[in-house]
Amino acid sequence: MISVKGITKKYGSKTVVDDVSIDIEKGKITSLIGPNGAGKSTVISMITRLLDKNSGEVLLEGDNIFTQPHGELAKKITILKQANHLELKITVRELISFGRFPYSKGRLTDEDEQIIDEAISYMGLKEFEERYIDELSGGQRQRAYIAMTIAQDTEYIFLDEPLNNLDMKHSVQIMQILRRLCRDKNKTIIIVIHDINFASCYSDNIVALKDGKIAISGTANEVITKEVLEGIYEMEINIESICGHRICFYFDGVIEGDSTELAANYLIGNA
Amino acid sequence: MIQKLFRIDILIFLLIVLSIISMFVGVSQIHISDIFNLTENQMSILIHSRLPRTVSIIIAGASLAVCGLVMQQLTRNKFVSPTTAGTTEWAQLGILLGLIFFPALSMMGRLFFAVALALLGTMLFMSIITRIKFKDVIFVPLIGMMLGGVVASVSTFLALRADMLQAISGWMHGSFSTLISGKYEILYISIPLFIVVFLYASQFTVAGMGEDFSTNLGMNYKLIVNIGLFLTAAMTAIVVVSVGMLPFLGLIVPNIVSIFRGDHLKGTLTITAITGAIFVMICDILGRVVIAPYEISVGLMIATIGSAIFLILIFRRVKDA
Amino acid sequence: MHKNTKMIILLAILAVGLLTFYTLYGLNPDIYFYQMPSRLKRIVAIVIVAVAIAVSTVIFQTIVKNRILTPSIMGLDSVYTFIQTAIVFLAGVSSPLLLNSQYNYFLSMGVLVLFTLFVFKFLFKVTKNNIFLLLLIGIILGTFFGNLSTFMQILISPEDFSILQGTLFGSFNAIDESLLGITGIIVIVMLVFVFKDFHTLDVLSLGRDHALNLGINYDRKVSYLLIIVAILVSVSTALVGPIMFLGLLVVNLAHELLKTFRHSYLILGTALISIITLVIGQMVVQFVFGNNIELSVIINLVGGVYFIYLMLRRNRT
Repeated sequence: MISVKGITKKYGSKTVVDDVSIDIEKGKITSLIGPNGAGKSTVISMITRLLDKNSGEVLLEGDNIFTQPHGELAKKITILKQANHLELKITVRELISFGRFPYSKGRLTDEDEQIIDEAISYMGLKEFEERYIDELSGGQRQRAYIAMTIAQDTEYIFLDEPLNNLDMKHSVQIMQILRRLCRDKNKTIIIVIHDINFASCYSDNIVALKDGKIAISGTANEVITKEVLEGIYEMEINIESICGHRICFYFDGVIEGDSTELAANYLIGNA
Repeated sequence: MIQKLFRIDILIFLLIVLSIISMFVGVSQIHISDIFNLTENQMSILIHSRLPRTVSIIIAGASLAVCGLVMQQLTRNKFVSPTTAGTTEWAQLGILLGLIFFPALSMMGRLFFAVALALLGTMLFMSIITRIKFKDVIFVPLIGMMLGGVVASVSTFLALRADMLQAISGWMHGSFSTLISGKYEILYISIPLFIVVFLYASQFTVAGMGEDFSTNLGMNYKLIVNIGLFLTAAMTAIVVVSVGMLPFLGLIVPNIVSIFRGDHLKGTLTITAITGAIFVMICDILGRVVIAPYEISVGLMIATIGSAIFLILIFRRVKDA
Repeated sequence: MHKNTKMIILLAILAVGLLTFYTLYGLNPDIYFYQMPSRLKRIVAIVIVAVAIAVSTVIFQTIVKNRILTPSIMGLDSVYTFIQTAIVFLAGVSSPLLLNSQYNYFLSMGVLVLFTLFVFKFLFKVTKNNIFLLLLIGIILGTFFGNLSTFMQILISPEDFSILQGTLFGSFNAIDESLLGITGIIVIVMLVFVFKDFHTLDVLSLGRDHALNLGINYDRKVSYLLIIVAILVSVSTALVGPIMFLGLLVVNLAHELLKTFRHSYLILGTALISIITLVIGQMVVQFVFGNNIELSVIINLVGGVYFIYLMLRRNRT
């Protein structure tokens, strides 16, 4: 389990993240939601030591993350940030091979190659493996990066807005893969996500941030309620249960109509 | 406090006081109380040396400050100026080419070459930075200064071949001490250019918002940008030909003004011009006083004070970021 | 992979061929004993400088994730000019600091290393790791030193200036062989340090976030590598003088020829291209211009024009 205890980030006199504490449950998908500027990305950047914090601590199975050797920590947690543009002539396979760097420092063993192969087929990238990444589409590239984090074979996987710039089909594809990773390989996944319906449908736990503080933290069912979400996003949000999922409607003025029909339209992509 | 003092009337007053000081500071002692009974010799020094010096300081300082301001408006980047876009190096190359092809070239001839190359260089810089997708505020002047380095290395190559390296570097080093009447008049050409800058001031601001934005407002974007580039290239070249290089001037003066007065071009143009003149005047007077009876060239004074202020400006930015 | 190996072999053959050609071209049997050692000396110097510039520029560009920047733009040439000018200005042209090449070498090297380390280490903290800012500050300091030098140059006599001028440009013509040994050793030691980090450099080219994520202690690694860069650039500048655009030219040529991100290939390829460039340059200086021009001036001219070409071509695709 990862326990985040009171982490705080300040830029000058401005506090962006204020005393945030989270317990991340093992083997589950935890989503971080909240309005723009709530500090979601800052929080996961601090937990994964990409960004220095001003105070607080992060414990991984009870041990302080920041005093562990960088190389060892890279075998336990991994993070994929949202902006991934590289001006490198690098093939998909070469990129994914970087995931093995914490283990073999660049000299790949047969076991490494096998794990890389697995990650490639897990993400359905077999046919692209020798292509350069700048030749791929956005969805393929995102899958390649996720394959790299899979090859890193860590227990904890942090993803910062993995659905950014992806269309519905690819978004669903990525989220289903994350579900499978969680189920088949018992990974613990933490994602920052904007679309509250994706968060609602795919996560076990949800942490909502607002103005740098935790607004609420709990299971998906506890967080996806009208009162909670309206408080966080400061707008009218209605929630309907459809096919076992709680779906949020926040399109102003549309709510009065037949929401079930609208929901069906929404799900097949007409809305 | 400083904000309140940053007013046109106060600045003009300051400039007048400094001009009077400038008239009476130098190797030959002329005291201000002698003003009504000057000897012929003193009179001649005042008219043929001190007056030209003071006038050229005002014009040169104001020109470069205004050039910097216009370039910053056009590129929307506070760190672009004749120094950081390589314009001065191009002007230098122009003079050198002129002198190589026509050894007996007149001042006007040199000016022609300097303007032509400065314009070419500035347009090249603009076309490069519009191509760069990655418009980091620091990266753009970095490119400009590297470009300046390239041009300087071409100049060095030519100057070495023509055996003119020391002559050229002496010529280029900003200094007012060699300006006597007969050589500085070329600076007067800047005055009509000033007027044109004033006429186009608000259009430059709009052009700085980008091509789509300004075309949408019904403006001929390319024309306005080209007018702006021509004006800055010409004014920079005039100063380089007559005075030499005054590094960082076009960069720091507009930045100082915008800290106190905000950014709209029309309102700050006059103040920027006057502040530029005051800044150069202070540097020049200091240069004359510090190691009197010798003189530290104004180029070195400006480089010293200017680089210090530039660094402070950068650090302010880092702290705010 | 295969293609890159072939290219490296091709470059190696070309480099060796050119070095041999340079050594043997137009040898005169009568003055053979004079020509041979002087050419061999230059070859050794060329290889040392080529390797130092290539390695330092590749590492530097990987760290800054940018292919149009080079460590020598941050005012190193101005500082070098400043050192030489200050010696002439303060101690005169007959000063041992100018005439004794060993004194001059160690003084220049010391000041350059200190300057570079100051810019890298101290400013790295102040600018909060913003490398562009750091370079800009380096350039500003360079402009300042440049103006200081120009000011002093105006004041010294034309005779003194022409002596000074001879020391200001990168040249392989007058090299003290005793300095080759020490420079060679320093460069080799630096290479040994870098060699085990080739894979780490590959990871660093993914950027800070990925490097940290893959278990690299980024800040420490980068500052360690920057020290190596500082030392390499400084020793080569102290040995032959500044050649500002050499690194930029050869690294970009290497990227054109080798389509790879792997530093084992990149560094080797760049070093070979660097040797080839310097030998060709030296042959042009010696056989075409009859030693009437300085090598650095030619390289800067070619490298500079290539830089403008790169800038104009960039991002059109």
